[in-house]
Amino acid sequence: MAASDKAVPAGEQASSYWKAGVDIADAKAPAGPIEKKWQTRQFEAKLVNPANRRKLTVLIVGTGLAGGAAAATLGEAGYNVHTFCYQDSPRRAHSIAAQGGINAAKNYRNDNDSVYRLFYDTVKGGDYRARETNVYRLAEVSAKIIDQCVAQGVPFAREYGGLLDNRSFGGVQVQRTFYARGQTGQQLLIGAYQALERQVEAGTVHMHTRHEMVELIIVDGRARGIVTRNMVTGAVEPWLGDAVVLATGGYGNVFFLSTNAVGCNNTAAWRAHRKGAYFGNPCYTQIHPTCIPVHGETQSKLTLMSESLRNDGRIWVPKKAEDCAKDPRQIPEEDRDYYLERIYPAFGNLVPRDIASRQAKNMCDEGRGVGPAVAEKGPDGQIRHVRRGVYLDFAEVIGRLGKATVASRYGNLFDMYAQITGENPYETPMRIYPAVHYTMGGLWVDYDLMSSIPGLYVTGEANFSDHGANRLGASALMQGLSDGYFVLPNTVNDYLAAGPFSKIGPDTPAVAEAVDAAKGRIAKLLTIQGQRSVDSIHKELGQIMWEYCGMERTEQGLITAIGKIRALREEFWSNVKVTGKNDDFNQALERAGRLADFIDLGELMCVDALHRRESCGGHFRAESQTEDGEALRHDDEFCYVAAWEFGGDGGQPILHKEPLRYESIELKQRSYK
Amino acid sequence: MKITLRIWRQADREAVGGLQTYQLDNVSEDMSFLELLDMLNEQLTAQDLEPVAFDNDCREGICGMCGVVVNGAPHGRYDSSVPTTTCQLHMRSFQDGAVIDVEPWKAGPFPIIKDLVVDRSAFDHIIQAGGYISVNTGAAPEAHSTPAPKRQADRAFDNATCVGCGACVAACPNGSAMLFTAAKVTHLAMLPQGQPERMRRIKAMVAAHDEAGFGGCTNIGECASVCPKQIPLASIGQLNRDLIASLFKGDGK
Amino acid sequence: MPGSVALVATTTLSMHARALHSLVVKKVVMAITGLLLIGFLLMHMFGNLKVFIGPEAYNHYAEWLKQDILYPILPHGWFIWIFRAVIAVSLVLHIYCATKLWQASLRGRGAHDNKKYTKVRRPQQTIAAKVMRWGGLTLLLLLIFHILMFTTQTITFGNFKAGATPYDMFTASFEHWYVWAIYVLFMAAVSLHVRHGFYSAFTTLGANVGPQARVFLNGLAYFAAALIFVGFMLPPTAVLFGLGVS
Repeated sequence: MAASDKAVPAGEQASSYWKAGVDIADAKAPAGPIEKKWQTRQFEAKLVNPANRRKLTVLIVGTGLAGGAAAATLGEAGYNVHTFCYQDSPRRAHSIAAQGGINAAKNYRNDNDSVYRLFYDTVKGGDYRARETNVYRLAEVSAKIIDQCVAQGVPFAREYGGLLDNRSFGGVQVQRTFYARGQTGQQLLIGAYQALERQVEAGTVHMHTRHEMVELIIVDGRARGIVTRNMVTGAVEPWLGDAVVLATGGYGNVFFLSTNAVGCNNTAAWRAHRKGAYFGNPCYTQIHPTCIPVHGETQSKLTLMSESLRNDGRIWVPKKAEDCAKDPRQIPEEDRDYYLERIYPAFGNLVPRDIASRQAKNMCDEGRGVGPAVAEKGPDGQIRHVRRGVYLDFAEVIGRLGKATVASRYGNLFDMYAQITGENPYETPMRIYPAVHYTMGGLWVDYDLMSSIPGLYVTGEANFSDHGANRLGASALMQGLSDGYFVLPNTVNDYLAAGPFSKIGPDTPAVAEAVDAAKGRIAKLLTIQGQRSVDSIHKELGQIMWEYCGMERTEQGLITAIGKIRALREEFWSNVKVTGKNDDFNQALERAGRLADFIDLGELMCVDALHRRESCGGHFRAESQTEDGEALRHDDEFCYVAAWEFGGDGGQPILHKEPLRYESIELKQRSYK
Repeated sequence: MKITLRIWRQADREAVGGLQTYQLDNVSEDMSFLELLDMLNEQLTAQDLEPVAFDNDCREGICGMCGVVVNGAPHGRYDSSVPTTTCQLHMRSFQDGAVIDVEPWKAGPFPIIKDLVVDRSAFDHIIQAGGYISVNTGAAPEAHSTPAPKRQADRAFDNATCVGCGACVAACPNGSAMLFTAAKVTHLAMLPQGQPERMRRIKAMVAAHDEAGFGGCTNIGECASVCPKQIPLASIGQLNRDLIASLFKGDGK
Repeated sequence: MPGSVALVATTTLSMHARALHSLVVKKVVMAITGLLLIGFLLMHMFGNLKVFIGPEAYNHYAEWLKQDILYPILPHGWFIWIFRAVIAVSLVLHIYCATKLWQASLRGRGAHDNKKYTKVRRPQQTIAAKVMRWGGLTLLLLLIFHILMFTTQTITFGNFKAGATPYDMFTASFEHWYVWAIYVLFMAAVSLHVRHGFYSAFTTLGANVGPQARVFLNGLAYFAAALIFVGFMLPPTAVLFGLGVS
């Protein structure tokens, strides 16, 4: 089969969920050869005189790698920066949880790496749904990120000679990943946090912790401020400036269970979307195959374990459903189904993430999953109990290489597993299950990282990003820091050069309206006083999303999901129970506001997944697969970014296509045979 | 499992707090301690009572946001067989029918915001004073221009794993934040990039530590014992040595 | 409020001066003065043991202590005053810093806001560490008693006339079980204080470079504490039970 095969046409009902808008003609990358574009852009961008910078205010929401790095850098440049986070300290942002590493085209290993190769791998890894120009720039600045972080005191792994160590990561054939044991994200974030705190001390950055953005302020067509809720006092107040940067991370928590921190949310981005910012490719989510499975109904989040476990572990489920409750050690070899080795003899347990994930789900759907049976609502609305887990067995490798060798490779992961599950993976097989891990979609941005609202910039995982339909391992940290340290600080000046913009204050009508709208929404949430807790509705949303908009999507399933989400929205706005009051530390209220936006986002994700009748990267449409069950793209029809414009409450979202032009890389279909 | 929780409830910073008792049935031993609190909050919400406020975020032991005193020890250290954060403490560490006391961090510089939530911004102030290396973005030399000896780099890393949760302060009979401060001092002191500001940094951070209202260290070691990231007590020794040395240098005069 | 004081301090003092006023520096002062005082104790103990050689040796030692040390570099009787001054200054500094650190601890753990755990587990805290401050106060009171008894002879026990030899004074006093008991208490307080203080002093000075160093320093502290207890209690015990000293 070839990529040019026609996609299955959409059913009549499906296409009624959205409206077509005009294409986005240009993402504003400068002309010229790809390796000159960034240099050209930096040269052509208008500059702000250092003496004028303190008169310009930049509001940055989020203090992870993308936000923290941008705040520090803009502070150093002399702008007046205000930065906001919902946590009690900027150091808590969820960038901290990234384990593996950060890529950079340093070619320290002399193994044919280059900027072009990193660019190529990223575009290919993204299944040819990323914008070439942005990805090239990402690869270009990657080396400078490492320099910057080392200078800040990030303790990357080193060799005995005192130089930096590298490893290969995520199936890439060059060793370009820099790492700090299994805590690279933490170390990079602390580097950015320290740089940020240095600017706080210098007085250029004003840090507002425990402040959650609840509305965007637009005056005369420009993003001019945000409305925050002070999470300690409940005060709802406007913050005004000349540009707004959203660095608010991904939206994996739309699934309720994900590897994201429980506080991660999409409210800032969604508020901006409602005010006109396009949302790019919302259906692209990455699902990681090796997470610790759900233990029961009270599960609040999922924990990822490094994929490297699949190098030596063998994945299996019992052949017979009646064996599923047995002690796995009692199940004889002939009654085990090593299904990945069976279906994909060439790659076996090392098939790509999405395939491994999908097959695990299939096994469990067949009733051959293992571990505790957890209640879930089936498509028929009935509650059923399903075992959601497959074995990842190290018995064979322990027998072959000895416990000591296995411990030296995976000791820390085995310890982590033992702590969470109470089971000893040296004795019994691990249980694993896929979990939502990263969202490639996000607010649409141009080459300058500016959204479709002038003056509103979006960085890091919050933008629709450089990862296309699928992100490569060790690339998220690279993108966050690239946006924060190097890209945004060199593009936002082009916009700010025209500032300071007209003087506005709390009494400016648009500002007062935004504040009132935010207050009104909070008041509404508090007055419903229904019967259901916020979390119970969130869990239901998560189940809908996981079932229909998770690893495998179908037209009918997505239409069902949209119907269910709409009903759930009704349920939420008429039957949610939010305890307490606004003028207080009220976590139920915080979660309710976030959930309301997740519900709306969930619907848009389903619409996006419905409209994209091809499989690419993290998006798998059952209707579009090869005979071997692999993802099949349709480049002739879908080689574009889907940028969705808000269609009003109850209205249809409007689809703007940004065609993707591949000038430096040839489009290819991936194959794992 | 049946669990009885005695939880510190305090309406706000000024209010007088106290322990309240709650009963939970059907607790699974696979639940984390925070999921137990979630379960309690669902129960309270159903009863139209106000849920217990507690800080948490990543729930995988790395962000440092969670932290309560469980049975007299931060993060329930002595109920767990291994050093842990509260989110990684699991109910299998407790007996069926256990009575568990839950209190917030109690320390002068950590005002209680509500129930189990405290304000730890004093930690940010200590970092602001000097817990960084002054290098503007773009000004960094090539990463390999200064090799860093592996042993020191590893020691820097061990100290850089601090998550800033505040357990050290909560455990300390003196309410001292020396282990937190020492972790940052040692992290940066062990790297060649940290040398130019080393003497100035130690003076500034130690002064900021005291001005935030933390107490002095009496070398007991409760902090290192409860630290989820096992920052060693020896780091405080490093801080002491560096501070003494710095007094003979003119930096910051 | 402590906060307002801190604000003044940050704006008026240089960073160097602020570091100089820090709690760590106070601890260093305590460590140095504490080690000096331990040194003095060991010397004192060694002198006391002369009681086993006999009255003459003991009285001569006492005389030498007061009159002849460093003679003729210093005139007769000067050394003891210089020595007493050093000890007194050490003691005053030690107590001053301890008071400041005690205040800081109360503030640090929120005692002013009535913050107190309903339940607290501190397995690392030894009894010695726990009683450091109140024990130190007890010690101070007993020290004053000791000076009033043997140095100024304001409080006396037993039958000896003014101007009796130190040996007579010593033996007469410890024939009473209650004097002996007071000194058991005194020495117990000293030993407990030394037990944590000795370890803590070296740790404050930066000698705790790792877990093994910590074990070593703690071992040394136990040894010093035991040595002081046994060394000081041997002569009075011998007097009380009439074992070779009378």
